[in-house]
Amino acid sequence: MSELVTKGAAELGELIAGGDVSAVEVARAHLDRIARVDGQVNAFLHVDAETTLAQARAVDERRAAGEELGPLAGVPIAHKDVFTTADMPTTAGSKILEGWLPPYDATVTARLRKAGLVILGKTNMDEFAMGSSTENSAYGPTRNPWDTSRIPGGSSGGSSAAVASYQAPLSTGTDTGGSIRQPAAVTGIVGMKPTYGGASRYGMIAFASSLDTPGPFARNVLDAALLHEAFSGHDAMDSTSIDAAVPPVVEAARRGDVNGLRVGVVKEFHGEGYEPGVTARFDEAVEVLESLGAKVVEVSCPNFTYALPAYYLIAPSECSSNLARFDAMRYGLRVGDDGSRSAEEVMALTRAAGFGPEVKRRIMLGTYALSSGYYDAYYGKAQQVRTLIKRDFEAAFEQVDVLISPTTPTTAFTIGERADDPMAMYLADLCTIPTNLAGNAAISVPCGLSDGLPVGLQIMAPVLADDRVYRVGAAIERALEDRWGGPLLAQAPAL
Amino acid sequence: MSAITRDEVAHLARLSRLALGDDELDHLAAQLDQIISAVARVQEVAAEDIPPTSHALPLTNVYRADEVRPSLAPEQALAGAPAAEEQRFRVPRILGEEA
Repeated sequence: MSELVTKGAAELGELIAGGDVSAVEVARAHLDRIARVDGQVNAFLHVDAETTLAQARAVDERRAAGEELGPLAGVPIAHKDVFTTADMPTTAGSKILEGWLPPYDATVTARLRKAGLVILGKTNMDEFAMGSSTENSAYGPTRNPWDTSRIPGGSSGGSSAAVASYQAPLSTGTDTGGSIRQPAAVTGIVGMKPTYGGASRYGMIAFASSLDTPGPFARNVLDAALLHEAFSGHDAMDSTSIDAAVPPVVEAARRGDVNGLRVGVVKEFHGEGYEPGVTARFDEAVEVLESLGAKVVEVSCPNFTYALPAYYLIAPSECSSNLARFDAMRYGLRVGDDGSRSAEEVMALTRAAGFGPEVKRRIMLGTYALSSGYYDAYYGKAQQVRTLIKRDFEAAFEQVDVLISPTTPTTAFTIGERADDPMAMYLADLCTIPTNLAGNAAISVPCGLSDGLPVGLQIMAPVLADDRVYRVGAAIERALEDRWGGPLLAQAPAL
Repeated sequence: MSAITRDEVAHLARLSRLALGDDELDHLAAQLDQIISAVARVQEVAAEDIPPTSHALPLTNVYRADEVRPSLAPEQALAGAPAAEEQRFRVPRILGEEA
């Protein structure tokens, strides 16, 4: 393994800026790594070495011409295949979009291009970001680099696996119910869900628009903050984008102290129902925070136990509406258009052939929850639960600065284990969903191993206090890495 | 008692524009029944006087200036079309479906 692929994004950025190594050399090292290990991992749906190297050459030329470039210029990145890229196919993990070349770049993609990041390729995901294991991809599952018989989390499982297996120092993901934090937790890396509206959704293929949030994956907290800063900020192309300054996330990640900070342990997400190793690592993390000067108390958020059922009404409802755009008329797959069938018949045949089982389940569930006669009992109630969860957060943040919990109740499960049991699969997002419903910020950072598999610590902060989760995340990362003698990922078996 | 009948599931498939086979409907009916029974827990919350939240942000009516801006050329807009003709999307017949 080339030494270049083990380095973090901040360090690579400095080496490239200092002329120690070129963007082309860094890109080549990562393309070689992909060629060598992705057969085992299946993190990528699309890699095109020529396009990647051309981008890297362009960055080297911009620098040679004296252009002032940002801290991540020349650093490679992998994009979840839900972000449109005008020069690479975008499928959202679905057969219905197989081979589709988008006519435009997502705002996240465009901003990172401008900042000089070099795109390595597009990563695998659960179809339309619906799932917690990446098994729902139409292009085969991605495997966890820690144990290739296990899932890498989902829906952004290609992005988490790519970073955890040193195929990319950075990647993007989207988090609708935990789809960044859960994969980060089970692969031993950092994953962050920014405040809703902090980064643009333009060009990010929609699943549940009131919940979908783009966010970063990295192998350390500072790298995640640098990526967060590079793609965030107001965008006129997204009417739900917040017109406010990006929270000072990089400064917070560099500072990383918790002295005097009030930390709340979410009572409802602790103890029974959690894998013993997960609880043990979480309790150790609490002790570390206390030893660093944080004041840790237990906080009750009683309505969080209703977050999962509310989410599985709200998200499918929004998905049933959003996915109506896949109508076989303007782009994507068309099936059965033999001249004898009506548009409606072609539409129904195409959608039946092009969507996988989980997407169909959620479209049907959402159609049910929104139908007259059931609306008040299901979607209406779920929206009221959403209010109660926001209120629980508001009350908690009057007492504490951040809330913490395990990111997931268990470590990575084996591929196939929950594939035909939707309710068991949905439990993977138990602890991450409240944040999506309330729209605030949360991060997952590695906090140790349970039976040889990574465990994540979730840190949650109020809306637009994204810097706080980086501050706490960096503090605990430094303390734990001192204890481990290096990053947790160094303990992963070699691929 | 099941939360949803197979007939209802078949009706939902029609509303959702999904041409599903009998096996798929049988399988989905059982799973949807299980999921709906579980998510019905939201009804336990005594929430008579609780206002609904549809969105995390309290934003309303975000407008942009009504200015002409560059947009996709017809060839770009049609590049992904399953079928195109004379700079238009060609679609199967949409009229006379009742005939």
